[in-house]
Amino acid sequence: MSEMKKIKNLKEFSTSADRFEGANLLCPGCAHSIIVREVLNATNDDLILAASTGCLEVCTAVYPYTSWDASWIHIGFENGSTAVAGAEAMYKALKRKGRLKQPDREPKFVAFGGDGASYDIGFQWISGCFERGHNMMYVVLDNEVYANTGGQRSSSTPIGASTTTAPAGRVSYGEKMNKKDMLAIMAAHGSPYVAQVAPNKWKDMVKKIQHGLATEGPVFINAMSACTTEWKFLPEDTIAISDLATDSLVFPLYEIIDGRKLNITYRPKNVIPVKDYLGAQGRFKHLFKPENKHVLDEWQARVDRDWEYLQRREEAGV
Amino acid sequence: MADKMELRDVEVWDGNMAASQAMRQVQIDVVAAYPITPSTPIVENYGNYLANGYVDGEFVMVESEHAAMSGCIGASAAGGRVATATSSQGFALMVETLYQASGMRLPIVLNVVNRALAAPLNVNGDHSDMYLGRDSGWIQLDAYNPQQAYDLNFIAFRVAEDHEVRLPCMVHQDGFLTSHTAQGVKTLDDDTAYNFVGEFKPMNDMLDLDHPVTHGVQTEEDWHFEHKARQHNDLMTKVFPKIEAAFDAFEKLTGRRYNIVETYNTEGADAVVVCMGTSVETAIEVAKELRADGKKVGVIGIRVIRPWPHAQIAEALKGIKAIGALDRSSPNGTFGMLYNELAGTVVNSGESKVLTNYVYGLGGRDLTKVHLREIYAELLANAEAGKPTTPLQQLIGVRGPKISFH
Repeated sequence: MSEMKKIKNLKEFSTSADRFEGANLLCPGCAHSIIVREVLNATNDDLILAASTGCLEVCTAVYPYTSWDASWIHIGFENGSTAVAGAEAMYKALKRKGRLKQPDREPKFVAFGGDGASYDIGFQWISGCFERGHNMMYVVLDNEVYANTGGQRSSSTPIGASTTTAPAGRVSYGEKMNKKDMLAIMAAHGSPYVAQVAPNKWKDMVKKIQHGLATEGPVFINAMSACTTEWKFLPEDTIAISDLATDSLVFPLYEIIDGRKLNITYRPKNVIPVKDYLGAQGRFKHLFKPENKHVLDEWQARVDRDWEYLQRREEAGV
Repeated sequence: MADKMELRDVEVWDGNMAASQAMRQVQIDVVAAYPITPSTPIVENYGNYLANGYVDGEFVMVESEHAAMSGCIGASAAGGRVATATSSQGFALMVETLYQASGMRLPIVLNVVNRALAAPLNVNGDHSDMYLGRDSGWIQLDAYNPQQAYDLNFIAFRVAEDHEVRLPCMVHQDGFLTSHTAQGVKTLDDDTAYNFVGEFKPMNDMLDLDHPVTHGVQTEEDWHFEHKARQHNDLMTKVFPKIEAAFDAFEKLTGRRYNIVETYNTEGADAVVVCMGTSVETAIEVAKELRADGKKVGVIGIRVIRPWPHAQIAEALKGIKAIGALDRSSPNGTFGMLYNELAGTVVNSGESKVLTNYVYGLGGRDLTKVHLREIYAELLANAEAGKPTTPLQQLIGVRGPKISFH
C-alpha cells in the first residue's frame, strides 16, 4: 500500500495539485466539485475513475475538453460502478499476466454517481459490484434530486421537498416518501467500509477517503452534496447550508466497518433545530405554512429518533 | 500462465463448445458474462476452463447482461482483450451498452447465439436478436455451423482489435440448431490459434498511468455528428479489407475459405435464395438436388451482415433474375430486413430482377426442404415471367390461412 498523504491544513489541502481541474461547467456553488476535489486531493495514489451520467459527467468531459487529469470513463446512467469494476478486473488480469505498463504502481478505482444513478437506476449494478467484492470505492454525490435533468424526485429526495415531479401545491406538501437509507443497505452487503461524508467537514472527509482507499474490497461513500439550483439557496451559501445539515443532524456523519461496527464521527457541540436547516432552502419553503406544520414536526421527530438509533448502535459496538 | 489443452485434429463439438474453445485459445484478459439460454454453455464451458487452469484471465460473473457488457466496456477501455456471450432477451437488455461499446471504439467480441424475442417467451432460434443489433455500430459475422462458429471467432478478434478498425464484433450462430448440435470441428492447436490473433495491443488504455485518458465524453450538436460519421465511415471503408485479409490468412493457415458473401451454384442461376444461419446449409442441399433436375438455382449466404456488403452482393446477383429474401425475424409491419437491404442493393443494378420476401422459422420453427422446394418453384416462375407471380411477402410454415402481403 502506498503511503498516506499528509495534509496539514485547509490552505495546503485546497491548493494542492488538482487532478480535477477547475475548468468545468458545474454551477457556481455546486458542492460536487468541492467533494470531488476533496476525494482526489486526499490521496497521492494513482486513480482510475468512472462517473455515471449526471451533473458531474456532463460538466467535466464535454468534447474536446476534459477536466480529468487521471484516466476516467463514463458509459451510461446506471453503470459507473460496473465500468470501474471492469477496469479493476482488467488490472488484476494484466498484473497476473505481467502486462502492466507500470507494474510497481497500484492504482485505486473510484466511481462517482449522483443519487439518481446510485439509489435508483444504478442500484442493481452497485449491488452486483459489492457482492462480487471488487477492490473499488463508490462515491455518491447525493444532492437528493435528479438535478441534471431539472429537479425531479429520486428515492433520495427527503419528505416534504418540492421537486418538479412531486411539487408542493394546493393539496400537496411535495415529496411523500422518506429518503432511502443507502448506507444501511450497502453495509448489509458486507462491505468492509461504508461512510457518510459532507464537504464542510473536510478533515472527516479526508480521514474516511484515506481509510476507504486503504481498505481491500468495495467501499461505499455517501457524500451530501448541497445543490444551489434545486435546493434553492444562494451559490455562496453552500458550506453554510452544509453546516446546517450536519449540525441539525439531518445528515449525520458516521461510518460502518465490516457491515456491523458503527462509529459516529461528528457530534455537533450545539445541535440546531431541523427547521433552521429546512428554512434556509427554497425547496422546503411551503412547509412553513400553517397547514404543513405536521410535516415539520415529523421531520424533527424522525431526525431525533435516527440520532438516538445511531448512538445506541455505536454504544452497543455491534 | 494458463495450461495448454491437447485437442484432437477433429473434435465433436456443438457451436457453444466451438465458440468457448476459441475464446479460451485467444487468451482473453477479461470475460464479464451472464448466462442465458441457449448461449449459457459458452459461459459454463469458460468457467470450467478457468476452474481447471486453462484460462488465466479474469472471469466476472455479473448480475445481468447489461452489467456484462458494462463490465466488458470498462475492462476494454482499461486495455486488454475482452469478450462475452449472450442471446435474445439478454441481448435486448444489452442494447444500450452495445451502442456505447461501439461509439467508444472498443474491440469487444460478443458471441450471440441467436434466439427469438418475447413475447411470447421462446427459447429457440430465430434471428430477432441479430436484427436488433444491426444499427448498433458493431461488425456482425454469421456462422452457419459449429466449425464456422469456431473459425469466425478468430477472425472477429483479429479484425476488431486492428488499430485501424477498433470496432466491436459479434459472431452469430443459430440457437440450438448450431449451438447444441454436435458436429466434427477441425481444430487449431493452442499456439497456432493464439498466434493467428496475436498479442493484444492496447490503445488509449486507462491503465497506462502516465498517459491519462478520458473515455465516454459528452458531445452535442457541435461534435456528435462528426463522431458518428467517422464511425460509419470506418465501418464502410476499413472493415472489409481487414476481413478479406483475415479470411485470406485463415485460408492459408487452415485451408478453409470464407467469403464476405458466400455463393453456391449461383453461376448461371436464374433464381437464388438469400439467407443466413443454418438455413444456408439447408438451402444448399435443396439447390443441389434441383440442379441435378436441371433447375438453375443457387444460394447466397450473408457472412458479414454489418457492414452490409453492398458491392459484393451486387456482384453475386449479376445476371440473377429472381431473388427470394428469407427473413427469420418478424418484420412487425414492413418487409423483412434482408428484403429491404437487398432491395437497396438491387435497385441500382441496372438489371431487372424480381425480389420477393419469405418470413420463416420464427421461434425455432423448422425450415424444411419441402418449403425450400416451394420457394424455388415460385422464384423460377418469377424469373420466367419477369415479374412477381406471388405476393411480395409471404409467411411460410405458419398455421392457419395463408398470410401474405402486397
